[in-house]
Amino acid sequence: MAMTGILRPGHVQLRVLDMDESLEHYCNNMGLIETDRDDKGRVYLKCWDEQDKFSVVLEPSDRSGMDHMAFKVRTEQDLWRFESNVKKFGVETTRIPAGELNGCGERVSFVAPGGHRFDLYAEKEQVGNGIPTTNPAPWPEGIQGMKAIRLDHCLLYGNDHDEEIRFFTEALEFELTEQIMDGDVQVAAFLSCSTKAHDIAFIRHEEAGKLHHASFLLGSWEQVLRAADIISMKDIPLDVGPTRHGLTRGMTIYYFDPSGNRNEVFAEDSYRYPDSPVLTWEASNVGQAIFYHSRTLVDSFMGVTS
Amino acid sequence: MVLHTITITDTAEEYSCKETQHLLAGMMQLGKKGIPVGCRGGGCGVCKINILSGTFESKKMSRDRVTEQEEKAGTVLACRVFPRSDIRLQVVGHLNKAITAATSSFSESINQEK
Repeated sequence: MAMTGILRPGHVQLRVLDMDESLEHYCNNMGLIETDRDDKGRVYLKCWDEQDKFSVVLEPSDRSGMDHMAFKVRTEQDLWRFESNVKKFGVETTRIPAGELNGCGERVSFVAPGGHRFDLYAEKEQVGNGIPTTNPAPWPEGIQGMKAIRLDHCLLYGNDHDEEIRFFTEALEFELTEQIMDGDVQVAAFLSCSTKAHDIAFIRHEEAGKLHHASFLLGSWEQVLRAADIISMKDIPLDVGPTRHGLTRGMTIYYFDPSGNRNEVFAEDSYRYPDSPVLTWEASNVGQAIFYHSRTLVDSFMGVTS
Repeated sequence: MVLHTITITDTAEEYSCKETQHLLAGMMQLGKKGIPVGCRGGGCGVCKINILSGTFESKKMSRDRVTEQEEKAGTVLACRVFPRSDIRLQVVGHLNKAITAATSSFSESINQEK
């Protein structure tokens, strides 16, 4: 399968209440690397095994939450093709000039049903992953904390769930991989534009535009356990874990950043192709779907958003 | 180490809290309940309280959850309040537990977990 169209989550811009505390969290504790700052006070971070200049932008603000999530597309032609798709779906787009975010090419920006803003871009400055491309070592030295590998996905809560899923599948060509069904009602949808179990996920909610979590990849269960150690060592507020999800089989732990934005680090344990069947979890079994071992929902996990 | 007494007037629960701890941390450390626990970083709003009496210092709270007017009136997030005297408070926030669903059976299955 050749990868066309949307390649992957490109970056997430998070609003933070205190930049120093946030950098301590994302860089010292999670292992992200600062690559730039701009005159709006935004700080640009990347995970070690990413080639592009940044996958997280921290924006100083008086409120928490996600400003937008961006996906990288393969070619400039894809960018204009998706712009046209989005418009045909009935969603307004705007173009954001190259360089508005340092090192990022021109973006097509829109607010999807459900209230979340998404941008698409084809170009971003590449700074490498700290390893030469000839005879490369398996990992670079000096990565701190949890050593997050890459930005993996976001889970978002929106108030127009069915339209948001229709938008992502019809206009943006994502495919449904897993879902939680309550009879005929889809309560949660996991979507992929790759062989990953999910590149984005949505849960039906009454508020618009909320972030449930931004998720970063780790390489193994042992690395997730090590992240759990760091969470306690550094007094990071724990939400749930370490444990395994039923949905996606991911081995996971959830915690909050200093502004109350939820993060996940997880190790993947599944893959899919366009010919894979959709996996369904029944609402009556939602405890096991989300927390496979305890089979019990956790109030803070369900109810806290930013 | 200076300790202050915090009273959750809704339940008459009392606990001690250090000046270096926020009100939620003090409650949690002693295994007490009464104020909903969320993100503990000022972003989610579930620990919203009204300060009825007492003095405190506070950290920044998300303006999506607490407006300037609310904050001036003593409606604040417990996870951002550090006591400087005994404090009496009333709980305003809550934790919305269920995933919203169009049908009632889903909410029932969630509530059965409790």
